[in-house]
Amino acid sequence: MAEKEVVGLAGMFDDPNALIHAAETVRDAGYKKWDCHTPYPVHGLDAAMGLGESFLPYIVLAGGFTGIAAALGMQGWMSAIDYQVVIGGKELFSWPAFVPITFELFVLFSGFTITACFIIFCKLWRWNHPLHDNNIMAEVTCDRYAVVLEAGDDKFSEDKARSLLEKAGCSDIRTLFKTQNDDSFI
Amino acid sequence: MSDSVLVEESEKERQDARKEEIATRRERMGAKEATCLDPPQLFEEGETLRSIDEAVFKPVESFPKFKWYVMFAISSACMGLFFFCFAYTIVEGIGVWGNNNPVGWGWAIVNFVFWIGIGHAGTLISAILFLMRQKWRTAICRFAEAMTIFAVICALQFPLIHTGRPWLAWYWLIPAPNQNNIWVNFRSPLLWDVFAVSTYFMISLMFWYSGLIPDLASLRDRAKNGWRKLIYGILSLGWSGSNRAWRHYEKGYLLFAGLATPLVLSVHSVVSFDFATAVIPGWHTTIFPPYFVAGAVFSGFAMVSTVIIILRHQFNLQHLIRDVHLELMNKVIIVTSLIVGYAYSMELFIAWYSGAMYERYVFMNRVMGPFAWAYWSMVICNVVIPQLLWIKKFRTSVLLMYPIVLLVNVGMWFERFVIISTSLHRDFLPSSWDYFKPTWVDVGLFVGSMGLFFTLTLLFVRFLPSIATSEMKAVMPGAQPTHHGGKH
Repeated sequence: MAEKEVVGLAGMFDDPNALIHAAETVRDAGYKKWDCHTPYPVHGLDAAMGLGESFLPYIVLAGGFTGIAAALGMQGWMSAIDYQVVIGGKELFSWPAFVPITFELFVLFSGFTITACFIIFCKLWRWNHPLHDNNIMAEVTCDRYAVVLEAGDDKFSEDKARSLLEKAGCSDIRTLFKTQNDDSFI
Repeated sequence: MSDSVLVEESEKERQDARKEEIATRRERMGAKEATCLDPPQLFEEGETLRSIDEAVFKPVESFPKFKWYVMFAISSACMGLFFFCFAYTIVEGIGVWGNNNPVGWGWAIVNFVFWIGIGHAGTLISAILFLMRQKWRTAICRFAEAMTIFAVICALQFPLIHTGRPWLAWYWLIPAPNQNNIWVNFRSPLLWDVFAVSTYFMISLMFWYSGLIPDLASLRDRAKNGWRKLIYGILSLGWSGSNRAWRHYEKGYLLFAGLATPLVLSVHSVVSFDFATAVIPGWHTTIFPPYFVAGAVFSGFAMVSTVIIILRHQFNLQHLIRDVHLELMNKVIIVTSLIVGYAYSMELFIAWYSGAMYERYVFMNRVMGPFAWAYWSMVICNVVIPQLLWIKKFRTSVLLMYPIVLLVNVGMWFERFVIISTSLHRDFLPSSWDYFKPTWVDVGLFVGSMGLFFTLTLLFVRFLPSIATSEMKAVMPGAQPTHHGGKH
């Protein structure tokens, strides 16, 4: 069997405090392509990894405003322009009556935007993630925490990465091998 | 610091975490000793992240007990009855129902409002309690969300059948171009309802599914069988628990909760507009939107309790869905029961105070007329009996609370029946007065919709995790780091 290509190094942890500590160490060492894998969202990990606030709300707000515009545009065009029907002696563009549907479409468009953001930014189309073929995933989705350094990082060399994880307090370090055609996984 | 030192430290912290939380809470309340405001203990001693997984995934990974098959057989038979009555109604026309000339909205709309109401508890638990940071919601939220979706599916059937020919209903339900070039009436609350309910269904579905993804990933990684791994692998969309994903996921989940909260309040308000904007005495009241929302939460919590008590017994989940969770739900039931009771009395008061002859007559007729039996069943089930939950024994004992929550379900169905039938059956012209009697098709559709609901519920608990493990893990004592370089 040909020698397998190393795609990264995973340091396993049993405790969220140790994970935060390790994440800070890796962040301070200047790595760019690395990630933490946890069974549930760990508070404070974003800061420890040097990640900022998620930008999702701005995109979702834009989606919601699109919904408002679409709802008002649709109701206004259909009842005041395309086929005018006077109902109850009200103006053709009687906006108070359009509020409920405008609100519903605001929520609906925002919801679709969130889902689209999940798919794009949480990379939910990646069924072929190299981590899935390694044994760490079953532990990560149950009760352990992993810091994964990707081989694609400029600073990565197996020895240096290993010593960094050791320095970060990790006693269970595993090498991840390439199992399929995949260049980058973060 | 080495890993092992940190682990030992965290064990100690795990135990101290709860003590600290209690102390902080008591300090804030100005209490010196144990009070009823102490945070509830949601986890048993010795519960670990892995033991949660083992317990929650067991029903999904093993064949169910014989009882499950019995329940499934009964509920799918009822579901068959539903589809039979559905087809019969379409073939024969809605004349086979008990609807008559004054009572043009019969059981179909009663059932529609009933099922939509049931769904509301799911969104309340998953969204409103999430925004309020109520940790106890994690044990019941996934199940309640699933219940929302199934209840809305049941609810949607009824207006659809009520149109008589659903395939032609397109043109007045949604703004679809048609041969007359005329559009739907955007000033009609019935149309708002179409938008509200379908938005509610889609948002609930997306919220529920995105919440399921981390748990589906756990199932994928636990799978031994190739097919199982493939199916859960596809369903979990390649989730890897990456913090770069969690960062957006958590924010998106919060946004979903923030959007679902006003949405759920709007949905039942819009449902109540169907009645409140009409000029029918008994319907034309401004109290309807909050009254309907409170009633919806009330009936929804009762339905969650009804099903979850059986669920946790069947699958041995008593250590995760603990008595304390049931007690907290019972407290919500008392509060909403009081709101509903207030609404009933306020309706009567306003009818008298208004001085309007027809309004007064409708309410006198409701309380003492031919449907008085339904009115008093409603009052007894919804207002009188739930007061027993003030007694701690009734809140904590499953055997004592179960009849109460069952009766709340019955009472809330009667509430909708009373609102619809009593307001319509004696309208302005005494010559057209009539009494409403359901036919076997009405009964078949209602019982059948129960079958549809429970069939979907049974399939859900068999094939998908009914407790949100990733959310439960995150609120376990000691699951969150206590010190991280002084930065949050």
